[in-house]
Amino acid sequence: MKITLKIYRYNTEDGKPPHYDTFVVPDAEENDLVLDLLECVRGYQDGTLSFRRSCAHGICGSDAMRINGRNYLACKVLVKDLGTDQITIEPILGLPVLKDLIVDMNPFYEHYRSVLPFFMCPDDPVADGKERIQTPEERERYDDTTKCILCACCTTSCPSFWADGRYVGPAAIVNAHRFIFDNRDCGAEDRLNILNEQMGVWRCRTAFNCTEACPRDINITKAIADVKKAITTGKIE
Amino acid sequence: MTNIHQFEVVIVGAGGAGLMAAMFASRTAKTAVLSKLHPTRSHTGAAQGGIGAALGNLEEDHPDWHTYDSVKGSDYLGDQDAIEFMCNEAVEAIYDLEHMGLPFSRTPEGRIAQRPFGGHTNNVTGKPVMRSCYAADRTGHMILQTLYQQCLRNQVNFFDEFQVLDLILVKGAAAGVVAVELATGELHIFHAKAVIFATGGHGRIWEITSNAYAYTGDGAAIVLRRGLPLEDMEFFQFHPTGIYKFGILITEGVRGEGGVLINGEGQRFMEHYAPHVKDLASRDVISRAMYIEMREGRGVNGKRYLYLDVRPEIVNKYAEIDGRTRPDGTPYRTTAQEILTKLPDIIEFCRVYLGVDPVTQPIPVQPTAHYTMGGIPTNQYGQVVYDEKNSPMPGLYAAGEAACVSVHGANRLGTNSLLDLVVFGKHAGIHAARYARGVAFQDLPADAADPVRQRLDEMLNRTGKEKTAAIADAMKAAMFHHVGVFRTEEGMKEVIEDIRALKERYRHVHLDDRGKIFNTDLLNAWELGNMLDLAEVIAASAVARQESRGAHARQDFTKRDDVNWLKHTLAWQKEGAIELRYKPVVITKFQPKERVY
Repeated sequence: MKITLKIYRYNTEDGKPPHYDTFVVPDAEENDLVLDLLECVRGYQDGTLSFRRSCAHGICGSDAMRINGRNYLACKVLVKDLGTDQITIEPILGLPVLKDLIVDMNPFYEHYRSVLPFFMCPDDPVADGKERIQTPEERERYDDTTKCILCACCTTSCPSFWADGRYVGPAAIVNAHRFIFDNRDCGAEDRLNILNEQMGVWRCRTAFNCTEACPRDINITKAIADVKKAITTGKIE
Repeated sequence: MTNIHQFEVVIVGAGGAGLMAAMFASRTAKTAVLSKLHPTRSHTGAAQGGIGAALGNLEEDHPDWHTYDSVKGSDYLGDQDAIEFMCNEAVEAIYDLEHMGLPFSRTPEGRIAQRPFGGHTNNVTGKPVMRSCYAADRTGHMILQTLYQQCLRNQVNFFDEFQVLDLILVKGAAAGVVAVELATGELHIFHAKAVIFATGGHGRIWEITSNAYAYTGDGAAIVLRRGLPLEDMEFFQFHPTGIYKFGILITEGVRGEGGVLINGEGQRFMEHYAPHVKDLASRDVISRAMYIEMREGRGVNGKRYLYLDVRPEIVNKYAEIDGRTRPDGTPYRTTAQEILTKLPDIIEFCRVYLGVDPVTQPIPVQPTAHYTMGGIPTNQYGQVVYDEKNSPMPGLYAAGEAACVSVHGANRLGTNSLLDLVVFGKHAGIHAARYARGVAFQDLPADAADPVRQRLDEMLNRTGKEKTAAIADAMKAAMFHHVGVFRTEEGMKEVIEDIRALKERYRHVHLDDRGKIFNTDLLNAWELGNMLDLAEVIAASAVARQESRGAHARQDFTKRDDVNWLKHTLAWQKEGAIELRYKPVVITKFQPKERVY
């Protein structure tokens, strides 16, 4: 099948303003990934096209992009999933574009780092030197938010983040949640204080875009609600 | 202009091995980690089913059993001192990871959960043992995230999206690396006392692969071009269960949970090839069995795939036939809910890429290029060794899939890759930092970045018409068909000729992108150069080894030959040719014997 790709282009080195280029992939298959089409264009039609990718199966989080107006990982959406032979591909929104589909992820990573996204008490002694005991129920409490791959699909689909890039954003809250609700960790209070600040969880307006955009099917809106509740009640349940 | 940085220890690669090395090196030495990807994009994150350690949380197990299984799995090519070291270190390594916060799945008692995996056995009964410590089917993701998080906590210096292109050697010792900053195209020199390559494998050399695009063997190729040998490169693992056509990994954990392989006639076939452990035999054994089934016309619908079946009724049927029990002695019976809980990502991959729901339908699978057993030769401290006498090169280290210790020999057992990178990443980091304390920085040559600059300039100014992608596609197809699961002299010689012809075409590659900012056209071409160099080494090492051992299965030499070939290959690239020499295998407790599962 023939697929027409309309791809956002921007390169400060060529002096042209941002624009779209159109490419035709004449022999695409319905099971091709959108990433396969991009590789085909870069490999055989226009080597200047730039995008990030690595694992090619939705695990590394490199290739978040806006495909027909919605955030996806290019390696996790098949041609047949889109239901059209016209595909528009743009960089994710809310982060500065560096070249074509590559954005500056640093503001996103800074928000991530701001919530202390690491286990806080790794040096606590464990009596027998073995593992800490954690029941399957306790482990389940934060399971959903361990799945995050930092692709930024959620944060860059969030209207509150678009409105003000200082908002910590859903991905950072997800990563804080992963530790706040891990009963082995001892840094919940610090993280809740950070998220209770002006640019923390209260900027969330429960638009649900994040949950819909997440390629890992994390129930992000629920995770944010959990954090809001913990701040309000002072209790981690 | 070239930017110059100075760190005592420079680590190249930020997957599990690189991050582990960074955690330990940074405790006492000024350390930097360079990665062509943001660290959490590293391929460690794709590992699924678990990390092996004889914790014995669910049934009796011992590091000695793990050692024997790994030696046997390696088809006796692994060095037994290194394997024993790794399996003994494994238990503490797992507890260390848990103490760092790694969210392992748990037993009902709250201990780290474990599952059976291929080739891991109770050495008394010969039955599969639950040794793989797991976090659902995303164990690698959890390891990568946890290590990166702890590196952030320890304020490790990261240089993300810096691609290392060259190693600087001064007076026979490591003195630094040359890297390009992808965002700007600027060259940077990292002046170092010790350099650790943790750059992963090179599975992108083959057409059907589970490996990331990033897996282009950069570290191994750099070391090779700097005159050092690569070890056992003919041994490359094909994982039995890749998603048909996509190559995406379906963890062995699926068979650990009771899934079985089924041919086009609806028959379970592994019992004919491995009567004792059946679908939990070593990966090389199963991949060969699958090829034989398909060759003899028992692929599904006559095509090049078979089924992996994890539907609860099928799992329960064969569990009953096999007499499998739970640790408490009750018959093993599973449910759709248990499968969903233990294998959530696998279920999702199948739904997304195949439109198949594994709870109600079998999964079409084919063997997929998966793991580099060979690599940069090292000892168990991660020191790169450069000759038949294992002489260490001062200041140069390698760890993880990039390295060949050798703990995997001719065939790696599932769960030993994550273990390898955690154990040897740690020791490479410790040893490199200790080494750095005892030596001064060497003077750098004035022109340290010149070889790279000249090569990049030359590539950017070529006038040829060849396409990187076309050459890569030809290489991948040739390697998959002739240096894959089964090999013959004729096929491999053909590939060597093909690779040489492709190398000639490569000299005329045309780049569309002549810019500095994220020039991915240039980097893809550079990486293809790395893969072509390695492909030639792989094929040359393979054609020379006239026996079948582990993943190296020759149709013209079908038996293992311990008299002539119980030895490691060392391959050098010298003046356009590959020179092969050999070094002995370390055998301590286990004399080679016939390998049956």
